[in-house]
Amino acid sequence: MVKRKSDIFLGYVVVNMFVLALLLAHVFVEQRKASTHLAHGIRMVNDLQLTDLSLFTDARYTRHPSMADLNTAFQDHPLSLEHFPSGTLIAPPRHLRRNGLD
Amino acid sequence: MVWIEKQRNILDFALSSLFRRWGKNLALIIVYTIIVFVLASIFFLTHSIKKEATIVLQGSPEIVVQRIVAGRHDLVPEGHSDQLRKIPGVLEVKGRLWGYYFDPATGANYTMVVTDASREKNGTITIGAGVARVAGVQKEDTIPFKSSGGTYTTLEVADIFPHQSELISSDLIEISEEDFRKLFSIPNGSYTDLTLRVRNKNELNVVADKIKRYLPDTRPILREEILRTYEAIFDWRGGLLVVILTGAILAFAIFAWDKASSLSFEEKKEIGILKAVGWETSEVIIMKSWEGITVSLTSFLLGIMCAYVHVFFGSFFLFTPVLKGWSVLYPHFKLIPFVDPYQVSALFFLTVAPYTAATIIPSWRAATIEPDSVMRL
Repeated sequence: MVKRKSDIFLGYVVVNMFVLALLLAHVFVEQRKASTHLAHGIRMVNDLQLTDLSLFTDARYTRHPSMADLNTAFQDHPLSLEHFPSGTLIAPPRHLRRNGLD
Repeated sequence: MVWIEKQRNILDFALSSLFRRWGKNLALIIVYTIIVFVLASIFFLTHSIKKEATIVLQGSPEIVVQRIVAGRHDLVPEGHSDQLRKIPGVLEVKGRLWGYYFDPATGANYTMVVTDASREKNGTITIGAGVARVAGVQKEDTIPFKSSGGTYTTLEVADIFPHQSELISSDLIEISEEDFRKLFSIPNGSYTDLTLRVRNKNELNVVADKIKRYLPDTRPILREEILRTYEAIFDWRGGLLVVILTGAILAFAIFAWDKASSLSFEEKKEIGILKAVGWETSEVIIMKSWEGITVSLTSFLLGIMCAYVHVFFGSFFLFTPVLKGWSVLYPHFKLIPFVDPYQVSALFFLTVAPYTAATIIPSWRAATIEPDSVMRL
């Protein structure tokens, strides 16, 4: 029988480490399982000639951030401020900022 | 063995001391766990999306050429493709047809694409799983689309993209060239943009420079730039993430500061008594270190495991309202767990180390004062 508090704490740490090890094993197994799925994804992107993820479908510049211009967030009408919530999650692509100096 | 037994005795005492102030310490562990949970969830989510994006988008076009008129994308005429074919090193130039369709019935935006496979399949479409879900259609159902001329074109759903590919295909509608041109009144010989294949991958930048010189109204976008775009997604330096991170870091700083700047009367008295009964200053510091390690390790382990379960088993349901934004159509996808050991160790050193240090400093200060003066407080 466990009598000391330190035994309980150390037991807790060991259990947690074991769960963490299980989660790491999950990472490994899922990554191996995903290899076919990822290969299919690459093929699909290539066949469909896609450039972006369909992560945010609310605005053009968030649906296809890599195809957007620096001004697209403000192009709806003069003084139109960027108002889509997903716009706050994406920074302008680096190549736009560089091209802007060309 | 003697050293281990001594440490276990000190740990026993530290745990008893924590249990005596269980209310305060439980609150501390809950807040600490939430901070680690939020930070770890963000790290896991962003890293996995970025990683998956950079892998699957390796299949994207080597160079995309857009035509810009008055600051907006414009259709590219056939003549541009002919000029691009003359650039040495260019293997192939293809016209890409794609666009957005807003469906007033569902309020969702779809992305329509013409591909080599769908080019000739008039009257039929292949749709993403998200489109099928939002529009409530299945294979062999039909969907009416309003053309730019005001007439309706009804297309049959020939197939649905697999659910597993929702991250890239959720809102896609693969359509034939003739139907696409009819729907949006795009004349023959005009394209949304052009894609290029180059013989030597090391010459991509040279070719891009030549494109800009030959066709000044165009903008070339390299695959490498597309991939780098997704490094900027969920960029921690901008947008909402800065707000979340600042909030979490400030909360943690207040937390650590409170701990570092003041020991409670009870704690000071406890240290005084320990010193009076013969504990060394170093032993008091070790005891306080164990207290710090217990609280921070408990919170770190709990926080990181909850974050993993939240992101990879619970489909990051707490972040979904933020990620959805105003999207009517949002992909349902399961992330592949790409966990970066660097991020986990960074999180460990950002949370556990400062907290443990913050508990030791005031204890060292209290432990170096004479026991009688501490007890007389």
